[in-house]
Amino acid sequence: MSAVRASSTPETARLLEVRDLAVSFDTADGVVQAVRGISFGVERGGTLGIVGESGSGKSVSALTILGLTQGASISGSATFQGRELLAMRADELRAVRGAGIAMIFQDPLSSLHPHYRVGWQIAEMISVHEDMPRRQLRRRAIELLGLVGIARPESRVDDYPHQFSGGMRQRAMIAMALALNPKVLIADEPTTALDVTVQAQIIDLMRRLQAEFQTAIILITHDLGLVAEIAEDVLVMYAGRAMERTDRRTLFYTPHHPYTRGLLASLPAKGATGERLTPISGLPPSLIRLPGGCPFHPRCSEVLSRCRTETPPLRELAPGHVSACWLPEIHGGAE
Amino acid sequence: MNAAGTGRDGVLLRAEGVVKHFAVGRRWFLPHSGAVVQAVDGVSLEVRRGETLGLVGETGCGKSTLGRCLTRLYDLTAGRVEFDGHDISALSRRQMRPYRRRLQLIFQDPYGSLNPRRRIGSIIGDPFAIHGVAEGRERTRQVQELMELVGLNAEHYNRFPSEFSGGQRQRIGIARALALRPELVICDEPVSALDVSIQAQIVNLLADLQSELGLTYVFIAHDLSVVRHVSDRIAVMYLGKIVEIADARTLFERPRHPYTAALLSALPVPDPDVADARQRILLSGDVPSPVDPPSGCRFHPRCPKAREECSLREPALEARGGDSPRHQTACHFPIAEGDELALAAHAEPPGAGA
Amino acid sequence: MSTLPAELFETPPFDLERGIEGRSPWQLAWERLRRDRVALACLVVIVLITVIALAAPLFVYLTGHGPNEEFQTTGLTPEGLPRGPSSTFLFGTDSLGRDVLVRVIYGARISLLSGVLASSAAVLIGVLVGLVGGYFGGFVDTLLARLMDVVLSFPFLLFAIALVSIVGPGLWISIVVIAFFSWASVGRVVRGQTLTLREREYVEAARSLGAGDLRIMFVDILPNLIAQVIVYLTLLIPAAVVFEATLSFLGLGVVPPTATWGNMLSDSLGYYRVAWWYVLFPGSALLITTLAFNLLGDSVRDAFDPRGERLFRR
Repeated sequence: MSAVRASSTPETARLLEVRDLAVSFDTADGVVQAVRGISFGVERGGTLGIVGESGSGKSVSALTILGLTQGASISGSATFQGRELLAMRADELRAVRGAGIAMIFQDPLSSLHPHYRVGWQIAEMISVHEDMPRRQLRRRAIELLGLVGIARPESRVDDYPHQFSGGMRQRAMIAMALALNPKVLIADEPTTALDVTVQAQIIDLMRRLQAEFQTAIILITHDLGLVAEIAEDVLVMYAGRAMERTDRRTLFYTPHHPYTRGLLASLPAKGATGERLTPISGLPPSLIRLPGGCPFHPRCSEVLSRCRTETPPLRELAPGHVSACWLPEIHGGAE
Repeated sequence: MNAAGTGRDGVLLRAEGVVKHFAVGRRWFLPHSGAVVQAVDGVSLEVRRGETLGLVGETGCGKSTLGRCLTRLYDLTAGRVEFDGHDISALSRRQMRPYRRRLQLIFQDPYGSLNPRRRIGSIIGDPFAIHGVAEGRERTRQVQELMELVGLNAEHYNRFPSEFSGGQRQRIGIARALALRPELVICDEPVSALDVSIQAQIVNLLADLQSELGLTYVFIAHDLSVVRHVSDRIAVMYLGKIVEIADARTLFERPRHPYTAALLSALPVPDPDVADARQRILLSGDVPSPVDPPSGCRFHPRCPKAREECSLREPALEARGGDSPRHQTACHFPIAEGDELALAAHAEPPGAGA
Repeated sequence: MSTLPAELFETPPFDLERGIEGRSPWQLAWERLRRDRVALACLVVIVLITVIALAAPLFVYLTGHGPNEEFQTTGLTPEGLPRGPSSTFLFGTDSLGRDVLVRVIYGARISLLSGVLASSAAVLIGVLVGLVGGYFGGFVDTLLARLMDVVLSFPFLLFAIALVSIVGPGLWISIVVIAFFSWASVGRVVRGQTLTLREREYVEAARSLGAGDLRIMFVDILPNLIAQVIVYLTLLIPAAVVFEATLSFLGLGVVPPTATWGNMLSDSLGYYRVAWWYVLFPGSALLITTLAFNLLGDSVRDAFDPRGERLFRR
């Protein structure tokens, strides 16, 4: 578990660096501002957790980095090993995907093609980037399935996705993602659809693989418990903006932003049995008609008058701890 | 959500040896030619008036199926279900009708459980229409009252479900279930599909309604932390059977069954120090298919403590090792004090359960 | 991957200050339809045809020609052939010197009437049968499904001929025949939809409330079918119109002297070399009507099914 703070790493050493990313979609109902100025990064072997609920823009950010959001208006910068991803041509991007940055998604059943054998899909992925004879591809596929803990990979390699259980499918996805030894793995809610015992296995697997291959992991999730387990740095998103960004211990023990604190306080694990939970009142905003000022202000229990009109920038409260809130630093204690 | 100590004891719902099998892939004229999914395979439990019984388990454990069996949405393959002393196991749909006023179900999916083509006033008013309880203006009035009770704006009576968010739709579903003031409500994963910040709102709502209306809950969920918060007693299910049942506090502090322990240790805890410090029990493999469950104790292929006997004889659900009768475990070699598994399972976030 | 993550569209558009605003599924469909220029054009055409058909006697009054009046001197050439379009006969005359314009308009009446009535009857029967079969399943469903299969494989022409030889040709026989051969395809579609819909959780919820089968069928399932049914109806009408034209073309439906586009076309075949107008005008009328309904049907289907819609304007 590297103890290097994100902001103290010289930026040239950071593998993936996203700055002021903004993504919006023009729809029949209006312009959906999915992401409004996000910045984050990971270095080699590091783990970043991006936390947010539905509508926070966390998934869209990841998809945009890999050029998977066609038809959107994108601004900002996303550099991988110094090269600007957002300006790449399609063929350049394709070379980066899989080999440089790999992504796994929430529902492996919909990410794996149901009509092709699992081994074939892995092999095909590899063959797009590397020229290998078929026999070698197959061997590599079997090797990878074994690496991710699938029993009897030699016989499993010829199965179809529906013959795999949920946990196995996710492992297969991870195998596919790691096939080319990517520098960065983006995992978008990788365990949400899985049972908690299987989740534990998958997280353990990801940790071990990270330790062995020094892969940087960006874990996108709404599950704060997961973030506490595996992330080093955490970015909290809400309504397309960053609310707070810091290392994991600071986030859980001395969070600053009222949204972060509200989230933590509303968890059942934090509530004493038999007593009421403390939810965050109100509802998330529409991404088409966003409130002025701080996007969280309608639900904030500590709202100030300036919050309604002035959008707080990300201010640095301490080295490696930024928060987009007008509240002064004395509000540093957890609920 | 603690058990109402108002002297209204007595069992409201009793299940004895409930079995539910689904025939899969059979031809219509050959009823026994195909595989059988043994979704629920002999479950017995009691729900006392005023309490909240939590039902947890993972995929394939049968908890949702059990919930539907208890409300007779499914016919039972075998076994008995008794509601307030009346045997409802084999009643016809017409005979079940009057019981449906007293025994209700809240569904998991706020997007699927409401008819998208009907206005919510009509949806919430369904129970009144079906049971001929109130008409016209009186019905409208009662529906609006219900809407306010669950925290919805009564003016939205004529809107369609698509105009509401997930949390609000869940409130609509709750309003519908409570329309005729039932006594027992089975909540099937009521908050799983909601955002974290909304989950707490709904959990609080359910708690408030319970004390205000004197409800009894069976709370089905896979999220242990939520279940722990709301339940008085918790039953853990695995592959169609109850493997452990105990008071909530006891289950978390002194689990007896290895599966319970594994479940607890796998639970992500939003506390970095605790997360770092604890040891995980990692189960091998995945949950076997309910079509072909393992012999003897169903958990034995994945159990870190399994011995030969476990594959031969199925353990009965009973109090073991000096536990009180309220704490029953189905295991030949339950976890004892000081057991390795016991230490790994025990992951108390600071301040909780105090 | 051009699909947006679901999270983007889960929270419906609402304004915290103004409360929930939103639109019903019907409003949404109507708005989509309104934006479709093709649909609007088709709607205008259909309304125009309907109005003209209804106002048929007006045209008789304006031209001074009845639909079945034979003008042997003014309407036919000295050789006895039809006359071309002129200021007296805007669409020319037919083989018996009758005014083609007025006959085409009266033919529109027949076409629209039989089209709409036959389709409506077919849809009504089809929905009922499909709903009952799909909902109850089992033996009832098997029986009804087989029945639909039989009806669909029936040779309609032979049946029509046989029926007409027993009962005699006419408008109502046409309508019955068309309805008889159209309901099964509606029924099949409805049955398929019902099979899917009855597994929905809100149906389960209705059962858990104690709702009976009839209530579930008509209050819960039917409203979810209506959109598809409307689309089907809009597409069934032109098929029925063509069907009617076919029947009267073959002399099995409405027979002369009553004017229908079908029997006019039939008669025109013998004169197409000398009287192009006799083929063109009834034929165009048929084509335009059918096209308008078909295009409208497509637009209605798109209006109800937003998944086919492009999410981005770019």
